[in-house]
Amino acid sequence: MKKFERFKALAAHVSIMNVDTDMIIPKQFLKTIKRTGLGAGLFYELRFDEKGNEIKDFILNQAPFNKAKILISGKNFGCGSSREHAPWALLDFGIKCVIAPSFADIFYNNCFKNGILPIVLDEKLVKELSELADKKKEIEIDLEDQKIHKGDNRPIDFDIDPFKKECLMKGYDDIALTLNKNQKISTFEDKKKTLTPWLYT
Amino acid sequence: MPKTLYDKIWESHLVEEQKDGTSLLYIDRHLVHEVTSPQAFEGLRINKRKVRAPKSTLAVVDHNVPTSDRSKGIKDKESAIQVEALSKNCKDFGIEFFGLTDKRQGIVHVIGPEQGFTQPGMTIVCGDSHTSTHGAFGALAFGIGTSEVEHVLATQTLIQSRAKNFKICVDGKLPEGVTAKDVILSIIGKIGTAGGTGYVIEYCGEVFRNFSMEERMTVCNMSIEGGARAGLVAPDQKTFDYIKGRPMAPQNKDWDKALAYWKTLFTEENAKFDREVYLNGNDIVPTVTWGTSPQDISPVTGKVPDPKTEKNEDRKKSMLRSLEYMGLEPNTPIQEISIDKVFIGSCTNGRIEDLRAVAKVVKGKKVNKQVSAMVVPGSGLVKIQAEKEGIDKILKEAGFDWREPGCSMCLGMNPDQLKPKERCASTSNRNFEGRQGRGGRTHLVSPVMAAAAAIEGKFVDIRKFS
Repeated sequence: MKKFERFKALAAHVSIMNVDTDMIIPKQFLKTIKRTGLGAGLFYELRFDEKGNEIKDFILNQAPFNKAKILISGKNFGCGSSREHAPWALLDFGIKCVIAPSFADIFYNNCFKNGILPIVLDEKLVKELSELADKKKEIEIDLEDQKIHKGDNRPIDFDIDPFKKECLMKGYDDIALTLNKNQKISTFEDKKKTLTPWLYT
Repeated sequence: MPKTLYDKIWESHLVEEQKDGTSLLYIDRHLVHEVTSPQAFEGLRINKRKVRAPKSTLAVVDHNVPTSDRSKGIKDKESAIQVEALSKNCKDFGIEFFGLTDKRQGIVHVIGPEQGFTQPGMTIVCGDSHTSTHGAFGALAFGIGTSEVEHVLATQTLIQSRAKNFKICVDGKLPEGVTAKDVILSIIGKIGTAGGTGYVIEYCGEVFRNFSMEERMTVCNMSIEGGARAGLVAPDQKTFDYIKGRPMAPQNKDWDKALAYWKTLFTEENAKFDREVYLNGNDIVPTVTWGTSPQDISPVTGKVPDPKTEKNEDRKKSMLRSLEYMGLEPNTPIQEISIDKVFIGSCTNGRIEDLRAVAKVVKGKKVNKQVSAMVVPGSGLVKIQAEKEGIDKILKEAGFDWREPGCSMCLGMNPDQLKPKERCASTSNRNFEGRQGRGGRTHLVSPVMAAAAAIEGKFVDIRKFS
């Protein structure tokens, strides 16, 4: 996984509550056996009409927001299906950070596995950032210091789980980290085989 | 300190716990399907990793499979490639696989319990959010993404943080015609679609105790629609009776040992819950969703809500968007909404008891001329059982289309989809925009409500339907 580095970029504001993962990436794009190329299907039904023509009104079809690297949206972002195709599509489109008042659990976790930073902020702060986005003002995401800089010397602080932060910062492969604990897992498994033997017959 | 059922299962699967709460959780069982696994197997190959516990893993094709005649395979090329990829991956990594023509094939959350693969006290995961279904057995079961699927395949563990405990208690007696589906829709209506985020729900009270295993599965299945990754019902005699004798259930001496352990799986008296919600079963009514979130519920006797009366601006905006998508006017009585399609099936309501209930409603009647109605059994074994009982004949005589098992129109990855603006009474779990087909309009209901709607061509109160 690529290391998450400090960056400054434009944010696109998709003003919808409960954005579900079906909306982020519809079913027809789930037939792939690859992780790549899903950007074309991101928010497909909001971006393209039934004939495949671009819907000009939708924010991600408008310059300069079609190059946005940050997405700002409503509460409970990413609810519904566990499809990791949702963060894959965001990443492929160029989105590296999503800001919302709250996220659904599975989507939130899936982001970290793909180098995307989901930031939870108070609704008022999300509104403030969305207004800046609408004015096409860039903001800067600083994961190391857990701050969002908006060019006014009043950066916004955000919380993040320290382990998840470290994995993003260093671009860890968490499977490799766990495989280093192989001995511990085997010991646990041996104990389980004695306590619940019916699970191993 | 007294423990909840969730605490007990969580603690008994902890390989390690860091000071910050980051934990390594051991996973007992892993269910795999064709859509969320190919990239995980690819990852294993690239990194030259093995599947740590192939015998703890069971794979099946369900999302992509056609529900029409399968003798000539799958017409859609991409779907066929995905199904073939799973077959090959299972062969290469030594995982048991139920393929397209296996009579045990079916929706992953139907076949797990059916085979006895799902048991109390286990940790169970699958790359599918409706894995919460298996919580009906008192197992900690939750959906994961594909990276986590790869993590479990390689290590048989997951990196997790502990969830909070949420008790939802429904006492009383459900009125005639009110089902498990109405109970869970009412719960979601009360707590909201994000109400359970960060929690594991335990369903307690008389109503769940009186439910069959299949009804408990319907409830736990939709925990995720209330934001909770997992829902639990403590195991009891009904659970044990359901599991006994199934192909993958413990046998002989193992059965006695397992049973003794399963009987320790309950929430202790005075255990602390972080949140508690109480509903009265007597007050729950047949329910229909009107919007594009499962929390958008109305009693069948109610009306489509009016956004004008909503004070919260964000909520009002969201309601307006939903009503426009659904093609509904505010204040329209629910029983005046006509439908075009009926879908009976899915991991929520595709089991034998659901099909029996539908057959009872439609026996000797005819599907309304303007409606096209389909029934998709949850698994091959459900289909065989239904045919043994003559349910297929009753349904076909009434004008229902009797299909092969799979996820089908719940998510429309196969050809079973709604056309734009088509309105569907569906026993599935999600009414999101475009879920059942672009522009399709989904109303979530119970199987008996869907059956009655098929006959009348519009929603009717099942309590008054004869």
